[in-house]
Parts: sequence; structure tokens; C-alpha cells
Amino acid sequence: MAQPQPKVYRYGRDVNTDLILPARYMMFNEPEDLAKHCMEDLDGDFLPTVRYGDVVVGEENFGSGSSREHAPMALKASGIVAVIASSFARIFFRNAINIGLPVLELPEAVADFRHGDTISLDIEQGIVKNTRSGNTFQATPYPQEIMDIIRAGGLMNLIKQQQAAGA
Amino acid sequence: MGMTRSEHILARASGKARVAPGDMVVGKADVIMGNDITTSLTVRILDANGITQFADPDKVFIVMSHFVPAKDIASAAMAKTCRDFARKYGIKHYFEAGQGGIEHALLPDEGYVVPGDLVLGADSHSCTYGGVNTFATGIGSTDLAAAWTTGELWLRVPETIKIVFNGVPKNPWVSGKDVVLFLISQLGDDGALYQAQEFHGEGTQHLSVEGRLTIANMAIEGGAKNSIFPCDDKTLAYEAGRAKRDVQGVEADADANYVAVHEFDISNLEPQVAFPHLPSNCKPVGQAMQEKVSIDQVFIGSCTNAKLEDLRIAAKILDGHQLAKWTRGVVIPASHNIYMQALDEGLISIFAKAGFAVAEGTCGPCLGGYMGVIGEGERMLSTSNRNFKGRTGDVRGETYLASPAVAAASAITGFITDPNEVAPSGSAAALTQFTE
Repeated sequence: MAQPQPKVYRYGRDVNTDLILPARYMMFNEPEDLAKHCMEDLDGDFLPTVRYGDVVVGEENFGSGSSREHAPMALKASGIVAVIASSFARIFFRNAINIGLPVLELPEAVADFRHGDTISLDIEQGIVKNTRSGNTFQATPYPQEIMDIIRAGGLMNLIKQQQAAGA
Repeated sequence: MGMTRSEHILARASGKARVAPGDMVVGKADVIMGNDITTSLTVRILDANGITQFADPDKVFIVMSHFVPAKDIASAAMAKTCRDFARKYGIKHYFEAGQGGIEHALLPDEGYVVPGDLVLGADSHSCTYGGVNTFATGIGSTDLAAAWTTGELWLRVPETIKIVFNGVPKNPWVSGKDVVLFLISQLGDDGALYQAQEFHGEGTQHLSVEGRLTIANMAIEGGAKNSIFPCDDKTLAYEAGRAKRDVQGVEADADANYVAVHEFDISNLEPQVAFPHLPSNCKPVGQAMQEKVSIDQVFIGSCTNAKLEDLRIAAKILDGHQLAKWTRGVVIPASHNIYMQALDEGLISIFAKAGFAVAEGTCGPCLGGYMGVIGEGERMLSTSNRNFKGRTGDVRGETYLASPAVAAASAITGFITDPNEVAPSGSAAALTQFTE
């Protein structure tokens, strides 16, 4: 039987970290505990339907608010493999990159996607395809410093590599 | 081409003669801070990576503030993770509830962050310290782990927006909070995304340092990476007797480059109220009053507005008054020292006699932690910084943001109220945050 195609959860602007992972759960820091509450105040259908490989698409200022890394951790642990937005709040952007959750700033793709669309992704190449509309989008490559973090599998891996090289 | 204040600090911290917007630099930080929530995650990350050596343990700050004193068993376990870590590594700058307070009140008030510093804080409101001429920005828990390990962190040099406040507010109850709510309403919730805000003008010069800290605190609510005030006579007077290290203030060069310049005449500004569910959703208090918005709970607290001046202003209005019959009140001074000064000045007594529940040194209901979480359909008027849906409690509740003066006036009437309605403007003369 064919695997279901990865699908898109499409939201509006200012999806803040209180909506992604409410503060009332921040005494937890195991990814699986956080995943149980991801997006629960924003979208009651998210948790019952999300599968590994799905993608969240938001408009401007995605991840605004708190510095809680619990928010991208919760998305990643719930199965989300990338977030595409028109723009990101900067701390969310840093946190996602640092923990290895790809975040792509692609306003044209955001405009094309509807809730429930199917998607195919090539993260390494930054290519996003809306398999409903047939449209393909190419993200601007990250700066070298950020690519280094992504290739190392997160910031702590990069630091350990650098320390080992310097030792 | 010259440099902005932010560029000067990032150049010094990265050992470069000059930096420009868009440059990636590795900055050596002066203070690297985490709170209980972010630190507990950082400890997990450090353990998972087997890291036991830190670049400079004296620059490590751990301030317990969000869910302490522990609100339940899970938060007790979280706090213990931080406490055990601090004991194991002999962290000097570890602050327990009852001694420290909320990090963003504690660190400037007690001189741990000083002009010219690069401050990295694992809390989004770390931008507060820009009120005392530092480059200060929020980071996450992995960033915090990395910065503690290496003493430094990668940063993209932000473009700078110059903001000029012309004039000085005539309304004596207008404070830094009203200015920043107005600013966010003008520039938007993401109007300064990835950018630095640099403050200038007569209105800035006349504003107290505590008022500046309140404006810098909410830079993140406009999306900014950081926000930076001048190091002027007011700053130096504030730092005297506080600064624990040398003050190395920075000023922008005359030919510094700004991505935008915004000028605002604030001389006729009224107190502002942000309606649910975004800080940018502001109305002048006169207009807000006409809507007769009843308030179930007034919260005077948070890193934004529970400093000594804030408490003095609220107490001045509340003195001799009672909370309205169906309105509850919570006051949480932002740090232990502020709490003790408020005790000495008789402010705590005024709040208690008015019928407020008084606690100390925790973020409390600002982020829906405890000490006044709101229920379904309830309205809270809060001196805090965010009114996002569900942040302060039940997702069907509503939070309105305002200054301590508006909060105090509204506590007396039970409705959103202009302070001038309950306190004659003459009584504010000694308390306004705008002075010579």
C-alpha cells in the first residue's frame, strides 16, 4: 500500500510560540512530552492527524514571541520535517536551525499552498513542490555560516567538531 | 561610513575595526544568561553532548524566575535540574527566588550588565538591557549551551532603524510603556524584524532609565533583534553605585548608516492600551474608556513594568483606594531588592490595603505560569508585554496591556480607566518618567 503523501498545515501570520507550545507545558523538556501539546491552542486537528514528513506553512512573523526552543522541538518531535513561512521571528529561526529543523523563507510558496495540500521537498537543494498545484519553488541558499550548522547536524555538533579540530 | 551604536559594540566584541549590516560575526559576550526554563533545557543539551568545561564560568548567569518558587512537582524537578547544575559547577551568578528576581529587572538594577556590553540571554526579553546602552539579544537553549561552552556566538550584524522621539509628553501619566505600545502600533508586530532599534531625540533624553528599560524590553514585540538607548547623563547617574564593571558607553558616529529613520512627536501622547490579542492593537486610553471594558483581574508585574518607579506610580494612584468589588489584583515586584525597597517606602502596604495579593520576584501570570492565571471568558489588564491568545491562561480569556498608571486607575474603577479620571494630574508631578 502506498504511503500517504506528506501534507501541509497552512496557517496565517504571527503564529507565535505560545500557540506552537503553550508555556504551561514548559516544565517538560523531553521532545515526546512536548509533542503531545504542539499547536493544541491553534488547531485541534493538528495532533490527531499529523504524520512524520508533514510540513507547516505560515505567513509573516512565524514563531514570534518567546525564545523557547521547546516550540521548534515540539514541531520536530510531532513529525514536522520543515517549516515554510513568508518570514520568521529571528529567535525561532535560530532555534530551528540549531536543532536541525529546516526553515525556509519562501513567500511565493506560502501564497500557493492551501491547508491540506500535498508537498514534496528537497531540503538539501531548497526545492519545494506543491503537488496539488504542480508549482515548484526554490529557496534562497542559506549563508555559509548557517549551512555549516545544518551540515554538522546542529550547532552543538559543529562546536564539538571545531573543538576536536582545534585540540 | 561610520557605525551605529550596535555596530560599535559588535565590532568590539568580535575584535574587528568595523562591521556592517549583513556581516556574520562571532561575538565574545560579557554576560550569558539563562532562566529556569531555558537553562533546564540547556543542561539537557550539555549533558547529551558530554560538555563539562565552560569558557568563563563567571559570565554564566542563571536566574530562576518563571516557575519559581516551584508551582508544581514538574516545575520543582525542572528547577532542581538548574540548581544541581549550578552547584556542581560552582556558578557564582546563580539567583534563587527570594534573592534574585526576574532577570531583566535584576541584571540592570544591580549593575551586572553595564553600558557597552554584549549580552546574550536565553529569554526573548533579554533585549531589555539595551535600555542601558548594551547590545543585548535573545537566544535559545542550544545557543546558550554553545555560548557557555565557547564564550561566544555567531550573530548577523543587524541593520539599524533610527527612532527619534520629538517633544516631551504633556500628560504626566504617560510613561515608557505608553511610548513603546504606541511605537509598536505604528511600526507593527514585525516592523523591526531582524533589525536593531536605536533611540534618539528630546523625548528619549528626558525619559528615565527605568522608562527606557521598559521600551527596550518590548523591542521583541516589534520583532527587533535588539534595541539601544544612549549612554548619557541619566545613564551615568543610574550606573553610579550600581555598575559592577567599567562603563564603556557607545554612541553612533555622525555618518552612521540607518536602514530607516522614524520620527514621532510624543508631546500629545495619551496613555495607551493594547487590546487582545496583539501588542500592536493599541488605542489611546480615552477611546478605550468609551468602550467600558470591565476587568476581572489587574496584574502589576513582569520584567516590563514592576520596577521601583512602576510601583511608585501605581501606589501613588492606589493610595487610600480599594479594588473595585468584582476586580481582583495581583502585584509582583520584579526583583527581591525592588520588593525590599517597596517595603521600606510603604508601597507594599498601599497595595495590600487596596486588596491586592502581593508576591515577589516571579514572572507569574505574564506567561500563564501561576499566581493569577485567568479563566474562560475573563479579562485581565496587565502591565506585562504580550497579550497573545492563551498566553496568560485559558485560550478563551483576554489580556489588555497598559502602564502601571492605567492598571492602578482601572483597579479602582473595575473598568479600563484613564489615570487622570481618578488622580488629578498635579499629583503625578513628582512621579512622571519624563524629567529634566
